[in-house]
Amino acid sequence: MTLSGWLQIFILLIIVLLLAKPLGLYMARVFSGERTWLDPVLGPLERGLLALAGPGAGREQGWLAYAWSVLWFAVSGFLALYALLRLQGLLPLNPQGFAGLAPDLAFNTAVSFVTNTNWQNYAGETTLSHFSQMAGLTVQNFLSAATGMAVAMAVTRAFSGSSGVVGNFWVDMTRATLYILMPLAILVALAFIAMGVPQTLEASFAATTLEGVQQTIATGPVASQEAIKQLGTNGGGFFNVNAAHPFENPTAFSNALNIVAMLSVSLALMYSFGQMVGNRRQGWALIAVTLVLLCAGIGAIYWAETAGNPLLHAVGVDAAQGNMEGKEVRFGQAMSALYAAVTTGLSNGGVNAMHAALTPLGGLVPMLLIQLGEVLPGGVGSGLYGMIVFAILAVFVAGLMVGRTPELLGKKIEAREMKLAMLAILILPLTILGFTAISAVMPLGTGSILSPGPHGLSEILYAYSSAAGNNGSAFAGLSGNTPWYNTTLGMAMLIGRFAYLVPVLAIAGSLASKPRIPPSSGTFPTDRPLFVGLLIGIILIMGGLQFFPALALGPLAEHFAMISGQSF
Amino acid sequence: MLSPIRPAILLTLAFTLICGIAYPLAITGIGQAALPATANGSPILRDGKIIGSSLVGQAVTLPGYFWPRPSATATTPYNAAASGGANYGPTDARLIARVREAVTSNGGAGTVPADAVTTSASGLDPHISPETAQLQVARVAEARGTPPAEIARLVADMTEGPWLGIFGEPRVNVLALNLALDAKTPLAR
Repeated sequence: MTLSGWLQIFILLIIVLLLAKPLGLYMARVFSGERTWLDPVLGPLERGLLALAGPGAGREQGWLAYAWSVLWFAVSGFLALYALLRLQGLLPLNPQGFAGLAPDLAFNTAVSFVTNTNWQNYAGETTLSHFSQMAGLTVQNFLSAATGMAVAMAVTRAFSGSSGVVGNFWVDMTRATLYILMPLAILVALAFIAMGVPQTLEASFAATTLEGVQQTIATGPVASQEAIKQLGTNGGGFFNVNAAHPFENPTAFSNALNIVAMLSVSLALMYSFGQMVGNRRQGWALIAVTLVLLCAGIGAIYWAETAGNPLLHAVGVDAAQGNMEGKEVRFGQAMSALYAAVTTGLSNGGVNAMHAALTPLGGLVPMLLIQLGEVLPGGVGSGLYGMIVFAILAVFVAGLMVGRTPELLGKKIEAREMKLAMLAILILPLTILGFTAISAVMPLGTGSILSPGPHGLSEILYAYSSAAGNNGSAFAGLSGNTPWYNTTLGMAMLIGRFAYLVPVLAIAGSLASKPRIPPSSGTFPTDRPLFVGLLIGIILIMGGLQFFPALALGPLAEHFAMISGQSF
Repeated sequence: MLSPIRPAILLTLAFTLICGIAYPLAITGIGQAALPATANGSPILRDGKIIGSSLVGQAVTLPGYFWPRPSATATTPYNAAASGGANYGPTDARLIARVREAVTSNGGAGTVPADAVTTSASGLDPHISPETAQLQVARVAEARGTPPAEIARLVADMTEGPWLGIFGEPRVNVLALNLALDAKTPLAR
């Protein structure tokens, strides 16, 4: 670890923090239906879209109507994307003449993008046409992100109002896309082009190298997809190797923009939450929880990766650079560690280094950050509502300790909310550990492992963590493009997204009809350091302990094997 | 329960037009008009022919050139049509064996810089560390019949520092360095 490395990390985190307030305030205005400076341009478009949706489509909804809208929108997005991927060969903008995807891969990919996971069982540049990337994947990059933000706003309104309604999904989703994601995506995409990210409808260009060999260099409409991939915490890259590809992430400058773009919306949304519930300190408290845990994760990866791999040092590799296997020279250890922690603390899942090649402890941390529930700060929207579920649990635990009915922001947390919160929280470990256990004992599962020994278990555990957590990054040694993994990972993504989202909306519905009681002397303040500490503890205990046995068999066992000089 | 079906379908279609067609095409139009060089992949021309991209590494094996890092792309190294990493875990015996072999072919005496013997994430890393470049100076100098000091000076000139002095790592773009070499002392074939 170097001073300059830490300086890079902290400067970027400070930029993101500085953006939290202005961006958070702007988003709060957008979701409160207030006028913004983009109204003259986007207002007519917004009204046109809602008119298209049908008369009465913009009416206030209760939680159940909201949830049905979310689900039907996902179904319709899935069917459109699935059809498009299957029919790729017949559709335009397919300069390489790629055929349609196999049913299992099309299912996995469509689910992956609709659930904001963006797991890549396909290699972009050798599988997908430009049309599939643009009209298929890019669309869901916007819409799955906007859906997450919409649901987060429904939950937010459950705290700010007491009329029983939680907003309107079509309005929230449309406004999230038009007023927040689209303008930011245009800015970031143009900045990316200036930094070297290609944006062309050509598929590739041919070069004759210094030694006279033909090199085919894949290009495409990369910048437009890269921008929304980060802003929407999607993470599905244009290319197979994602943001490690020099065309997705050409320089340290573009890497900095990548990190700021992916982190700022989710973090600022926490500020929006505080603003909309009338307690800005609450927003800062959630941001504090996120940053404490995220910084711990960044530090752990950075430390493990600079310490390097003793097995390689033993065969004559200089330890000075740390573990460079699977990393790019232009990023080095600090920017690779920061990216790995941020992409998994968020449910982004893009990578600028190969996570499979990280040292055992360096690879444990991204896995753990996913398993903690994708709330640090999580995907756009999904991170916020995940964090609120943990906050509900935290006030419940605090209530148990002092023997009072727990309340969060003036809303009483009672049996119904607690049951739903526990239901949501248990979905993740159940899905991850269940599917991992099955895959670890079946040839269908173990046959896809690349690296044997404890790392093989890590490959499987990471895959299901990533899928159920809707992250999308991978220990890419695992050959995921098999019918077994395509299907079960797809199921894990669906469960992780919708079996979580529906109970959360039910909580919102239940809270939305409760009166907001003013704080009394018996109220446990949820915007103070004490609560921040409690919430950190709850996240670590709930997320961490459930996965500890599995992590002990995978990355921890591999770590001790590595330092005792054993390879597999 | 069923009433959201109509808005779901219609808005999916409408947003496909907005986010999937209009947005990427507009960005393509602006990019191609305003920033054609980078929008088309930053190609480098020599004698009117495309010799590579300034952002993408290429395979080089002649002793008179600087060599890039090992690459794990499919079929051939530095296959820019199919990026890919090795994805071996840190305790995989195949990783250790491959690195041991690379250390041996790099001279084997003492230790070698990590980036010289490990594969990159993309398999297309255009850079090597300044240390790895220095390691190759003697070979390049001998092959070109140029004093090593002169080559070492060129490497130092071509070494890029961090952006704004802060972000990223010191590095050498291998293709740029090799082109500068050719410009200075044409390689006898």
